[in-house]
Amino acid sequence: MDQIYIDIVLSVLQALLLLAVAPLITGIIRKIKAYAQQRQGASILQPYRDIAKYFHKDSVVSRETSWIFSVTPYISMAAVLIAALIVPVFITRTLGFVGDLIVVVYLLGTVRFFTALAALDAGSAFGGMGSSREMMVSSIVEPTMLLSIFAMGLISGTTSLGSIASALSISGIDLVRPALFLASAAFLISTIAENARVPVDNPTTHLELTMIHEGMILEYSGKKLGLMELSSMTRLVLYFTILSNVFFPWGIANDLSVISLGVGLVAILGKVLFLALVIAIIESSISKLRLFRLPNLLTVSFTLALLAVMSFYIL
Amino acid sequence: MDADLFFFLLIATGMAGALLAVVLRHQDRTCASASFGAAALSALFGTIVSILVLTGSPMSLQLPFDTPFGHFGFTLDRLSAFFLLVISVVSFAVSIYSIGYSKEYDGKYSIGLLGFLFNLFLLSMTFVISASNAIFFLIVWEAMSLTSYLLVVYENRKDGIASSGLLYVVMTHLGTALIMIALIMMGLYTQDHSFDFSSYSGVGALMPSALKSTLFVLLFIGFGTKAGIIPLHVWLPYAHPAAPSNVSALMSGVMVKTAIFMMIRTFFDFLGVTDTWWGLLVLLAASISALLGVMYALMETDIKRVLAYSTVENVGIILIGLGAAMVFQSYNLSLLAGLALIATLLHVMNHALFKGALFMGAGSILFATHTRDMEKLGGLAKRMKWTGIIFFIGALSIAAIPPFNGFVSEWLIFQSLLQSFQIADVTVKILLPVAIAVLALTGALAAVCFVRLFGITFLAKPRSEHAEHAKEVPRTMLVGSGIVAFLCIATGVMSFAIIPYVDQVTTPLVGVSAASSIVNGFVISPTNDQFSTMSPFAVAILIAIMVPLVIVISNRYGGKRTTVVEDTWDCGTPLTAHNQYTGTAYSNPLVRVFSYIYRPRPEVRTESTSSPYVKKKVSYAFVVVPVFEKYLYQPVVGSMVFIARRVTRIQAGSIQAYLAYIFATLVFLLIIFR
Repeated sequence: MDQIYIDIVLSVLQALLLLAVAPLITGIIRKIKAYAQQRQGASILQPYRDIAKYFHKDSVVSRETSWIFSVTPYISMAAVLIAALIVPVFITRTLGFVGDLIVVVYLLGTVRFFTALAALDAGSAFGGMGSSREMMVSSIVEPTMLLSIFAMGLISGTTSLGSIASALSISGIDLVRPALFLASAAFLISTIAENARVPVDNPTTHLELTMIHEGMILEYSGKKLGLMELSSMTRLVLYFTILSNVFFPWGIANDLSVISLGVGLVAILGKVLFLALVIAIIESSISKLRLFRLPNLLTVSFTLALLAVMSFYIL
Repeated sequence: MDADLFFFLLIATGMAGALLAVVLRHQDRTCASASFGAAALSALFGTIVSILVLTGSPMSLQLPFDTPFGHFGFTLDRLSAFFLLVISVVSFAVSIYSIGYSKEYDGKYSIGLLGFLFNLFLLSMTFVISASNAIFFLIVWEAMSLTSYLLVVYENRKDGIASSGLLYVVMTHLGTALIMIALIMMGLYTQDHSFDFSSYSGVGALMPSALKSTLFVLLFIGFGTKAGIIPLHVWLPYAHPAAPSNVSALMSGVMVKTAIFMMIRTFFDFLGVTDTWWGLLVLLAASISALLGVMYALMETDIKRVLAYSTVENVGIILIGLGAAMVFQSYNLSLLAGLALIATLLHVMNHALFKGALFMGAGSILFATHTRDMEKLGGLAKRMKWTGIIFFIGALSIAAIPPFNGFVSEWLIFQSLLQSFQIADVTVKILLPVAIAVLALTGALAAVCFVRLFGITFLAKPRSEHAEHAKEVPRTMLVGSGIVAFLCIATGVMSFAIIPYVDQVTTPLVGVSAASSIVNGFVISPTNDQFSTMSPFAVAILIAIMVPLVIVISNRYGGKRTTVVEDTWDCGTPLTAHNQYTGTAYSNPLVRVFSYIYRPRPEVRTESTSSPYVKKKVSYAFVVVPVFEKYLYQPVVGSMVFIARRVTRIQAGSIQAYLAYIFATLVFLLIIFR
């Protein structure tokens, strides 16, 4: 019985860690992009200040909105945090019994479901456009994510995230198969698409026809905007963590000794920083795709993921 | 308690309801309360009967007379009791809902007729599930088809209703013909040549395998027509929406389940699943139905047609589970077959509940606004608060949001498909991942479909006068739809408690009990907890902790701030109902992405005055080609009409000519059978 209390404490700690570093990672990505563009850039702590400022501001709410609009920020934040409780960060022990990878993907789907509805709630065409595009993108991305993690689930003989991570981290190099690379490539593209990054979306533009995610949260202000921003930053780090620990879990702690915990912590921070660098480089080196070119990219990632699953069955 | 007694009461109250409807037909409101009240009571007895059978022993009730085709009567084993439970619970809710909903027809159409047919429809579905004899089954199956046909054409003064009904009655009879052949054929092969279902069990073992496979195909097509699998679905998106909304809820939520019930019964119990390709055929048809069903649902702007196409999709999902169960069973992987079959039955139950809630919600919208076109709605969430919440719960369930019930069954179907690595055959190994991909894609598109449906209908500004002045519906309607909405949550969160009972239903069919390897406390873990675990109960608890926590912390931090209510930011162009996003606009990106399937055809029509430079009117229409109707059914119908026209030539109307035909036929027959 003590096991479960330790697991609860560990999962809460890991979720809090993700929540705490999320703005920092966003700040670092922005800083690297600024360097790439020969700019000084804002401090890497700027996202923390932004969110603190949102929380101290009054809100303006459209008179057309209903209860959907008001509950969405809370539901989004809560769903991301629940997913964070399940995903292993520095140790493979989490609240894994609550749900496996499918639950995580569907919890993140819940965030999207509510956000897309809230976007329609104010009746502005920007919201509708953002919502419609977001759902178009996600309709291909969500199955891709599921398939790519299924491939890893099949390789490790489990669909529970903690068990995938521990199985792969213990067995090491034997599990490096074609499926691993196909699936991780597919998942990386999904991460970019789901978190509104270039080339799928531009996280820094407002009110242009290119935008998807920003269009959806246009009507939010004050605390609720702060929550929406914080939850999407946390979501990005959550994807980075899944990408690190499902596909390349080496270094993650499997027991409670101080050394392995330390190694686990350093490993995950290193991997997340590396992914932040990768995203920043991608964002600096290619331009945003035209909306109707996106499906090509997304279908490629879907096919990669399907091949990953099939290669497990056939090879 | 005696199940027989309650079954008798079920029949008696149902009959009484039909009778009362006729007697009281001149007082609309009294008639509605009496007949739908009796229907609700009858459904309540049905619920009691099925719970008694599920927790106790099977029920059997023979009619006191003999027929040339054996004993007619009713039997309920666990499988039929499970389906009866699903039907009864949804019927109970719909009956209560109908008391308020039928106000819509006061003074316009006969409430007596509606109540009469409604009660007979409920009874016929109960009889279909519990019939103990093949011939008796065919009779009540036909009764179910006919009462539902009459209900489809109930609003007979509206355009298009008659043709929808005709399409339904034609398709359903094609299906029935195949079912009839198959069931009678099976009866001829039983040991004592009887048509009693009790002797049908395991009849497949006595047949040559070619015949067995033929019968399987006949039954699959026959029942598939009723279930609405693609390409046999053509009638469904016309007939389900055409019926009064309370009947649509029953047809979509419940009636299609009788076909699923008979598939499970005939495939597993009567024929016995031996060939792998049966399962693969079911999987193939199911995958196509699931994917195309949701894609067509995405295109519709008529709320009830969206829901009807979504039924095609969900039947696809149910059959993906069934197909997987059949594949596993054919390899004697009984435990996995049990797992897949439990997932199938759970989705049967869940779909009945959430589709019931959604169709009743659509009925409430129609009741309050007199339109089912979502482009004319909007802003209903504030005007019809409870209807909005009920519809939203239905949408969350159907979009498989955890911990709602749709998520649990979809998760289990995923898990059982993932177990396919235990099969050695490579072809199967390639096909099952494709089913996984299809299911994932379907799930994602279903989410789009219901964001669109709920968002355009309930949110933003009203797009028409009707929606502007919408009022909340009467309490009986809210209670009826509220019951199923509540059950959508309860069956999701408490699924760990339900699965052991479902397992008792599947155990006799696959031969192994799977419950002990699926449920572990309040955690669900298919085959073993090493492979995966999930607990909707724990998810619900986490949500109950986390949401208030987020609200409290975020409201504390930064202090209390004011909220100003203002106009939506509109870039200087006043926001009206017309520059909002519409349902068509919402799905447009997907139409472009999947243009290969949709084959969209935008039509721009220009009417010019005498000068081509001065245009009088430019109209734009956006047409999506329904592939199966155009390329499969139209040629068939066309050639039938062609042949029929030719044949009419012999119908000259002159007696002499007919006498000549009769004479010629007689001579011809005498020569042959001399």
